[in-house]
This record gives sequence, C-alpha cells and structure tokens, in this order.
Amino acid sequence: MTSSAAQDHSESAPAFIEMLGISKHFGGVRALNNVDFSIRPGEVHCLAGENGCGKSTLIKILAGVYAPDGGEIMVDGQAHAHLTPAASQRAGVQIIYQDLSLFPNLSVAENIVFRRHLEHPGRVVRWRGIAAQAKGVMSRLGVDLPLGEAVGRLPIAARQLVAILRALAAEARLVVMDEPTASLTHHEIDALLQNVDVLKGHGIATVFVSHKLEEVMRIAERVTVLRDGQKVGTFAAGEIDRYHLSELMTGHKYTSSLKPAYSGTADPILEVHGLTRRGQYEGVSMAVRPGEILGITGRLGSGRTELALSLFGMNPPDSGEIRVKGKPVRLKTNRAAVRAGIGYVSEDRLSLGLVMPQSIADNIVVSVLNKLTGPLGLIDGARRRNTIDQWLGELHIRTKSADQPVQQLSGGNQQRVVLAKWLATSPSILILDSPTVGVDVGAKDGIYQIIAGLAGRGMAIILISDEVEEVLHQSHRILVMLGGQITASFHPATVTEKELREVISA
Amino acid sequence: MPKYLRAAFHRHDVQIGSIVLIMGAFFAALSPGFLTLSNIGDLLENYSVMAIMAAGLLVVLISGGIDISFEAIAAVSQFLVAVILVQFGGNWFIAFGLAGLFGALLGAVNALLIYYLGAISVIVTISTMTFYFSVLMFVTQGKSIYNLPNWFTTDVSFLSIPFPVIVAALSLLVTLILLSRLPIGRQIYGLGGNPEGAKRMGCNILGLQCLAYGYSGFMAAIGGIVQAHRVEEVVPYALIGRELDVLAAVVLGGASLSGGIGTVSGTVLGILLLAVLQNGLTLLGVSSYAFGVVTGAVILVSVTATAYTAKRQLRGMRHAA
Repeated sequence: MTSSAAQDHSESAPAFIEMLGISKHFGGVRALNNVDFSIRPGEVHCLAGENGCGKSTLIKILAGVYAPDGGEIMVDGQAHAHLTPAASQRAGVQIIYQDLSLFPNLSVAENIVFRRHLEHPGRVVRWRGIAAQAKGVMSRLGVDLPLGEAVGRLPIAARQLVAILRALAAEARLVVMDEPTASLTHHEIDALLQNVDVLKGHGIATVFVSHKLEEVMRIAERVTVLRDGQKVGTFAAGEIDRYHLSELMTGHKYTSSLKPAYSGTADPILEVHGLTRRGQYEGVSMAVRPGEILGITGRLGSGRTELALSLFGMNPPDSGEIRVKGKPVRLKTNRAAVRAGIGYVSEDRLSLGLVMPQSIADNIVVSVLNKLTGPLGLIDGARRRNTIDQWLGELHIRTKSADQPVQQLSGGNQQRVVLAKWLATSPSILILDSPTVGVDVGAKDGIYQIIAGLAGRGMAIILISDEVEEVLHQSHRILVMLGGQITASFHPATVTEKELREVISA
Repeated sequence: MPKYLRAAFHRHDVQIGSIVLIMGAFFAALSPGFLTLSNIGDLLENYSVMAIMAAGLLVVLISGGIDISFEAIAAVSQFLVAVILVQFGGNWFIAFGLAGLFGALLGAVNALLIYYLGAISVIVTISTMTFYFSVLMFVTQGKSIYNLPNWFTTDVSFLSIPFPVIVAALSLLVTLILLSRLPIGRQIYGLGGNPEGAKRMGCNILGLQCLAYGYSGFMAAIGGIVQAHRVEEVVPYALIGRELDVLAAVVLGGASLSGGIGTVSGTVLGILLLAVLQNGLTLLGVSSYAFGVVTGAVILVSVTATAYTAKRQLRGMRHAA
C-alpha cells in the first residue's frame, strides 16, 4: 500500500509536530512523564498502549484541551509551551473521536462543512455554496456520498468517511483517529485504510490511537508505544510483530502456547444435528463436551453469530435438532435457553449485554432476580449481596464499589461483569461471542484465564471469534464457518495461523 | 435551495399536508359553512396566537430541549405590558418591544438554569412555569385588566388581512429565516442532533440555549400581546393550560422531542391539522368534549407513526452496518 518512495520522502522531511518531554499530572497522579512524540508530514503513525497508559492525555494535549506541566510542542519548528484548541486547529490538527461527533440529523454536505456556521456566523447560509464545497472535498478524497442524505441514515463506515471529509474540509494536516476500527468489519477497515492512503497522498499525516493494532499495522509506518505514562519507544512498523507489541504495551511476556488436547470422556452436553435457518446457515452439526472449549471462527456474515443466537433461542432454526444432555430441546426463546442451562455473552456487550447506567451489582443479578427472592417474593438482600460478592471475587472485577455504574468501567472489566451476569445463572454451556472485542491486551489475557478456569470446572464453552489467534490458542477444537456452513474442523496442533486464515477467507 | 439538500425529513410534510387536505375535503363536503371565506378567515385568526407561540417552541425543540413555561411567560409579559400601557400610554412598537424584552429575559432564565444546573429542560421549565404563574396570580390576585387603551383593542387589518394573522405570518417567516438561513440557526440544529459534537466543534452552548429559550419566551410574549388585543382584556389565567396544545401542534408537524428535527413548514401544517379538525367538528355540531378525544387520538396516532418509522429506520441501519 505504501510506496517506499513516499516513506523515504517523509523520513528526510522535518517533523510537522514534535512533542518533547511532555509531562502531565492530574492531582497526585502522573499521567505522562517526559514523553516525546513526533509526527512527520504525511506519515501514518500508531499510538499504542493499554487503557490508562496516557495516550488520550497525550492526544488531548496535542488538541489543546490540556496544557502540559512540562515540555514543549514544536509545530513546524516553532516552539509552544502549550496549545489552545484554536491554535491546534489552526496548525491543522483534527481529532476524530471514537463516536465521530457528527450530527446525525443533518445532511452529509452540511456535516462536512459545518465549521462554516461557526467561522462566518453573520453570513447568510447559502445551500449551493455548502453543496459545492462539500463536493469539492469529496473529490479530493475521490469518494462519492449522497450529499443530501441525513448522516444518521448512513452505515457506520460511511459515517466515518464523513468525519474524515470534515477534517479534510478544515484543512487538516494531521488527522488523529481515536480507536477508528473498533466498530468496523474487516471489509470496512480495508476501505478506511485506503482512505488513509489517499490522505497520505495529499501530504496529510494520520495518527491512529488504538489498542487493536492488527489491521492498522498493515499501513502504519511507525508505532509509538506508551505504558504507564512513559514512552516505551518508537519503532518502525516493519520491525515489530503483534506479539512483540503486546509485550511492549503490557510489560508482560506472553507465551503463545496451544491448549493441550481435550482429554475428557464425558458424553456431549450439547449436540446439534443438521441445523438450518434459511439465508443464514445450513446443515450445521457439532457437539461440545463438558469442559471442552470449542472455537468457531469465520468472517462477519459467515453465519457464526446467527448460529449462536439460534443456540440461545433468539433466532429459531427452520429445521434440525438441538440436544442438551442427550434430550432434544426446542429453544424458541432465550428464557428457554437459560432454563436449558445455556448462557450467552453477546458480541455487542454495550447494547445487548449490559445496562450501562446501572450499577455493577444490579447488572450481575439482573438475570437471576427470581432466584434471590425470599418468602414474600421480595428480593432477599443478603442472598443478593452474596451472589454479587461471589462473582466480583471469582472474576477479579476491580472496583471501588459494586454500586459504581458499569459505564465507568474499562472494557475488560465490563466484559467480566457480563460474564458474571451469565455465570450467576449457573449455565452448563456458555456461548461467548467475540469476548475480547474492544478489550486491552493485558485484560484479554485475564479473560482467557477465566474461560480456561470455567472449562476446567466442567463448563462447556463455545468461543466465537474472528480473531484467528484467539480461537487457535484458546480452544481445544476449531470449527470454521463460511457462507453458512461448517467448512473445516481442526485441532489447534494440526494447523498454523496462516492456514487457518486461508480457510476462513477461502 | 437544491432539492437534494433539503433536510431529509420533509417527507413528513407531505403526509401531514395530505391529511389536512383530505380532512378539509371531508368537512367541506359535510358542512357547507366550512369552505367559506369568512370561516377560513376566522380559522386563521383564531389560530394565529398558537402559531406565534409554536414558532418559538419549535426552536427550543430543535435545540434538543422542551419549554413548558412559555404560556406563563406570555401571561406575565402580557400583564406587565398592560400595566405599563394603562399607566403611561404607548403604541404598538412599545407594546411589542417591551413584551418581547420581558419574554426573552424570562425565557433566558430557563436557559441559564438548564446550562448551569445541568438540569433537564422539562423539569426546569415546569418549575419556572409554576413560579412565574404563581407570582402573577399572587400579585394580581387573579384580577383582570379591562381598561386597555383604545388603539390597542381596535381591530386593525391590512389588505383585509387581520392583524393577528399578519403577526403570525411574520413570526413564522422570521423563524424560517433563523432556522434555515442563519448560521446560528444551523448551530441550533447541530446542538439538538449531537450536543457533545456541537461542544467539540466549538459551538457556544450557553449562547445557543439562551437564544432558543429566549426566542421561545420572546415569541410567547408577542403571542400574548396579540391575544390581549383580540380579546380586549388581560386575564391572568387565560393562557395557562394551553401549553400542550401548542406542543401537540409542533410535534404533529414533525418536530422530534429528542431534538435536531423540525421545520417551520411542518409546524404550520401541524397547526392547520388541529385547526381544520377543531373547526370542522365544531361546524358539524360535535361537542367540545368529543373534540378533545379526537385531538388526543390524532396526536397519539401521529406520535406512534413517527416512533414506528424511526424504529424501522434504525433497524434498516443496523442491517446496512
């Protein structure tokens, strides 16, 4: 994607922005300590690190939201002790936040050029001018979006494009994207990376702030890693791989050993025969034994999530049979599935798995409230407390208080709360759909340990993920879904990551 | 404005417009008195006060808030202006100018409370409504003012268009310009669509909210003056209790209670819908109680339809994504 000529050019060019020796304290907490960060014109630079490592603080200092306690910021060779938001934007820094900050009710064109309304508050709005300017920006990026469509009606990838176009309209020289790939499919990420390439062609630099680096590494030229407010280093993207990067981010060494082969002899607890739902998946047969971790992988749209929803009663199949403990069951509702001992942790924990403004405690007990009632049908406070404490302890959910709203937790801890909620229903089969999406590398490892621990206690686990190395290293057996069918089955020891990738996208 | 650039929600206007036309045709067929020039003139005049107030409320709804206090603001401003006019005399400029000033100030108080307390607009404006109205009742002891100056109560018309209708048309026109032609109006749409986004973009949130709530108060006070002119007296409690009718008209016209969406044309159609319905039923001799039932049902259906469409769109979006 990146021509070597362009790289040579950027290497010889002076830095566009150089942040030198940046430090920042909040109260007694040191968020950043003597961090250097430089961005060359037109380069694609990754800022990597776990949550709380200081990467958002660094970006906010760049955006002028915070003033650093120490250090200086050089813009085009000119030193500043700190930037104001206006100065940062004048210098050409545009931040695209994870939520994109677009106006869903306004048209694509008006979103792209909305800044006009602020820069010329006294000028009568000329719709023709807005359309013309928006068109001009689009042609610079070589894309075509419906100018009059409300942004809220566009798919997420198109919305991200609008945010990029808006940055372009503001004469950006540097676009900072905060976790841009979190909600995109692989296909959409490809499109995003292409757009970044076009930005590069216009001499506009891009900084990706991310902890999901696999995709972004394909296009990045340099990676700067932060840990605990310190800079670990800046590396050429070519010289480090994913495992090395995880190590740099967390400071822990990760062994990528495979699971030993499943040794249980029990009868399968869940069996599926010829399960079909038209248009989603067909002829799916499989079995899971107690204590076994069955990995299912496949691309988005391969039918993996639809199959999981069917097993959880939320997407009844057209034909085929599901057996739990040898007995055929009909799972028409998720209540039926819970009664049959099946738990499901959804891919989209924010919208399906948790009630974000409610407390950790309430989220954990919400699915077992009817088991916690006393003689009058009222909730027994002591039993509620016990259930909550048990799972907080068992899953190592780090919190000041169980009454804290879930939305204040990190992604990894939120995922643990979802797990706790399902474990409280004491399932014998647990379906985990993409359990580590949006979770830090370090926290991922914690979740893997929990999964392995549950399997060790005899729970059957179905682990669905599109992260190949995740299924490869965390499962006893791997099924690959493609176009609604199971196309391959492997034991992890018999397949390499590369081969698995090839089967998935065959 | 090129066709494709109009806000994408104008389809609602077509729907409401057709309902107004069908209902109009229905009443015209059943009641010969409906489609007469004098009836239509009366209709427009009767609903002009509602239209003026609706124009102000529309701006607040688009900004993402709600204003329940505007009728109380209108009542207070109406009373203050009446007292001044009776004491010192004056003219139309003074009447409208003072009313607009009082209304805008009382409205801006809402904005300040909402901004600095971070309170929900419905709670704040219910509180200010109660407070303003109670103070008014306490001060007036519920007594009306009848001795308004002659020039104030004399019917005026221009090209045989009644004065209230002219004021309503001007109010709607000014609101239309504010919302679709002034950058600050577009910022109000932005604020309603994504408050956090507007803040990050650098919009002056306090300023925009003061404008929205101040404008609502301003228009309410103007409406209060027109109302006093029509009924030739100032009754402190005459306006209270009509808040929800105005709100219903604006929501029927397609404005969203969650902000960012709404148009002047839709609001006009929403008022027309209520007007045609009320007038037609009255001409047919239906009791005013039944009328309330029908209005309620129409609003319920409209709100349901709007919510259902939104839900379907959301589902479509998920599939697309």
